[in-house]
Amino acid sequence: MTVLADRPEVFGGVPEPEHVHEHGPSGFLKWVTSTDHKVIGKNYTVTAVIFFLLAGAMAMLIRAQLANPDSTFLSQHTYNEMFTMHGSLMIYLFVGPVAFGGLANYIVPLQIGAPDMAFPRLNALSYWLYLGGGSLMMMGFLTTGSAADFGWVAYAPLSNSINTPGAGPDLWIVALVLTGFSAIFTGVNLVSTIYYLRAPGMTMFRMPIFTWNMLVTGILILIAFPVFTSALVFLWCDRHLGAHIYEVSGGGVPVLWQDLFWFFGHPEVYILALPFFGIVTDVIAVFCRKPIFGYRGMVFATISIAALSTSVWAHHMFTTGVVLLPFFSLMSYLIAVPTGIKFFNWIGTMWRGSVKFDTPMLFCLGFLATFLIGGVTGILLASPPIDFATHDTYFVVAHFHSVVMALVMGAFAGFYYWYPKMTGRMLRERIGKISFWFMFIGTNVTFDPQYLLGLKGMPRRIAEYAASDGYTTLNRISSVGAALLFISVALFVVNVVWSWWVPIPAGDNPWDATTLEWATTSPPPHHNFLTLPPIRSRRPVWDKNHPEHRILDHDKARLGGMLAAPGGTAVLLDEVGVDGGDPPSKEQNR
Amino acid sequence: MGVPGVAKPRNIARLLLLSVVALALGGCSLPTFGGFRGATSQGQTEFRLWSWMTIAGLVVAVIVWGLIVWAIVAYRRRDPDKMPRQFQSNPIIEIIYTAIPIIIVGFIFFYTVVAENKIDTLAPNPPVRITVTGFQWGWSFSYRNSENKQIALVETAQPKPPLLAASPLSKEYPRFELPLGETAQITLLSNDVVHTFYVPAFNFGRQALPGQTNRFDFTPVQKGVFAGHCATYCGLYHSEMLFSVAVVSPAAYRSWLSTQSASGAAS
Repeated sequence: MTVLADRPEVFGGVPEPEHVHEHGPSGFLKWVTSTDHKVIGKNYTVTAVIFFLLAGAMAMLIRAQLANPDSTFLSQHTYNEMFTMHGSLMIYLFVGPVAFGGLANYIVPLQIGAPDMAFPRLNALSYWLYLGGGSLMMMGFLTTGSAADFGWVAYAPLSNSINTPGAGPDLWIVALVLTGFSAIFTGVNLVSTIYYLRAPGMTMFRMPIFTWNMLVTGILILIAFPVFTSALVFLWCDRHLGAHIYEVSGGGVPVLWQDLFWFFGHPEVYILALPFFGIVTDVIAVFCRKPIFGYRGMVFATISIAALSTSVWAHHMFTTGVVLLPFFSLMSYLIAVPTGIKFFNWIGTMWRGSVKFDTPMLFCLGFLATFLIGGVTGILLASPPIDFATHDTYFVVAHFHSVVMALVMGAFAGFYYWYPKMTGRMLRERIGKISFWFMFIGTNVTFDPQYLLGLKGMPRRIAEYAASDGYTTLNRISSVGAALLFISVALFVVNVVWSWWVPIPAGDNPWDATTLEWATTSPPPHHNFLTLPPIRSRRPVWDKNHPEHRILDHDKARLGGMLAAPGGTAVLLDEVGVDGGDPPSKEQNR
Repeated sequence: MGVPGVAKPRNIARLLLLSVVALALGGCSLPTFGGFRGATSQGQTEFRLWSWMTIAGLVVAVIVWGLIVWAIVAYRRRDPDKMPRQFQSNPIIEIIYTAIPIIIVGFIFFYTVVAENKIDTLAPNPPVRITVTGFQWGWSFSYRNSENKQIALVETAQPKPPLLAASPLSKEYPRFELPLGETAQITLLSNDVVHTFYVPAFNFGRQALPGQTNRFDFTPVQKGVFAGHCATYCGLYHSEMLFSVAVVSPAAYRSWLSTQSASGAAS
């Protein structure tokens, strides 16, 4: 209710001064008690990055172990814990939450002109469940047995109480039930916010692609996470109540776990990916000074990817021998079509643009180049015969790391792009660019050799290999690449700390960006907007700053009245008394 | 004005032509791209699909990378004051780049189904029948006659090995034999958790599932000793769950089998 009551006037209405000043606690108490989506979004982002650093440290240990044959750097048991927790932290606690809990939480209300998320308290609950769940999972390391060591996929019956007894695996299961609920609540919140809290004029087809993708991500979360959360509860019942849901001995079916897990697991891939597709789309348009090419195609591509993603899960199970190969293969291939549309739209956005290579744009280009590798190898793996030859080898490891590292580059594009909005400070461009090159080269040096390792037959999740296996050289190259990635992330941390000590003021719109979040101050005030610019196109801030460079008339005519009112944006801006005559400049808008 | 998005169709055509020529020059043997050519007829079927699909994938990737590089080089910001044309769609181009991937998907799907049907075909009366059982952490290979009676057994001697890091070909791990050119049918089971019976050189892996029977055929076409692994993580000694398979002449296979049967009967 308060959320709706606090909406500012749309056209230049001046709010009362009480609204300007944020009241309430500050410091630690603010962090703990706030229901402001911006505080929660920042909490989520910082927490997720901490999990990212922890998981990255585990990856370094994994690469150190595999750098030599006959390695005894880690015991087999420790190695098994490391790859389990590395995968779990990265997938469940970093890539997803940093997008839908962190960046989306902060940015989506701003992009649609809303004062907060639809359910601010539920939003806070999401964060605390996430933090609680993540911490519980890490506490596995403090138990006498060990942390979870059944792989991040926890295949039954390896995950039962006989094969992996102890508190660490139980903590892992309970942690993921908590983060599962956290994700579901965030999904509810995102979908409700985007449906109901858009500012006047912000029609669905004027929303930034990032917001569109978060809407679809929210729906996918609501499809996928309840299944996973229930599957985990079943697993817990198997372990403690003798439920035999996944146990052959009681008439259960172990493959059921794989079905339930991957029914979550493949939509999860797109829950992870779609937000970053959105970031990349918006960032490329800004740094090319052009509207997004094929906006509607982009939206329909996102929706079809999400729809297809619910019917491809068994491509993770081709080698089980119990799934209908042609169906899942065809559905998986078809995902290439909307993904291809996205690629060509990204290229179309750059085409005849004015491409500027600031750090966010560099990360977007790194995303494109790397995601293409992951995409093409994904098509190969969607072919059952090729999957028979490469399943559960390093080929698969390399494939999904190409994908996920592309997403990580998308995340860094988002960090560098929105950091000024979140903090009012710039990150340093030079360190950012060096960090980018370390990440881009590091990613390819680390993961491209792993394709060849997989093709030579190196299975994943092995703690050691023999010198005579012939895996040594490629593994060493891969470990060197991991060191480059370490440097890249360290430089990012340095950049953030430096901006903390010696700030560079950012202004409200340092990138000459186009979407609504750049119409407010950096950082935005409590409840986000003092005034909203008129929203008459997909680029309200651009219309205000560059009224003479509106979208070409023939494009407008083609898209009908949906896009912009007839007569041109500039005329309308004049009518409502907004000064729209400024030449393009780097000055901040107000 | 020109149509944005298809500025250089000639370049693309030239690229395609070049890759076809490169293939033709490569002769009749397909490039491996680091994969195995396949030591069984099923594995060779997989290899041909792999090679052609990788070629197709590389062609697509090179075109897309090329377009990206072209876009960022040709349209880099040279004059900060110059604003690009604000166009945002081109339905004809968009329809074309939706339709072409659908056609490509149609082709690869067709060849995928042809290949997977060949690989998954089971011989009605296979001359060799082996029941393979995965367990923590080892394998047993039980040779069966046509009445499904065990005639010979090879299995992991030491299920909880010391840390070895030895080659799968070494003596610590079980080795079973297959006759060259004869179809062997494997019946795959698991005693405990999920394992994967994986022979890289055969381009084939299949999960050993508790409570589930999987069957598949191998028709070896190349002599040699090939490494085998468990590919699905199955607990503490997953890295040690190794085996090897020797493909030998049918005569050598029969004599090996009779010695195995004799020692099996003695034990």
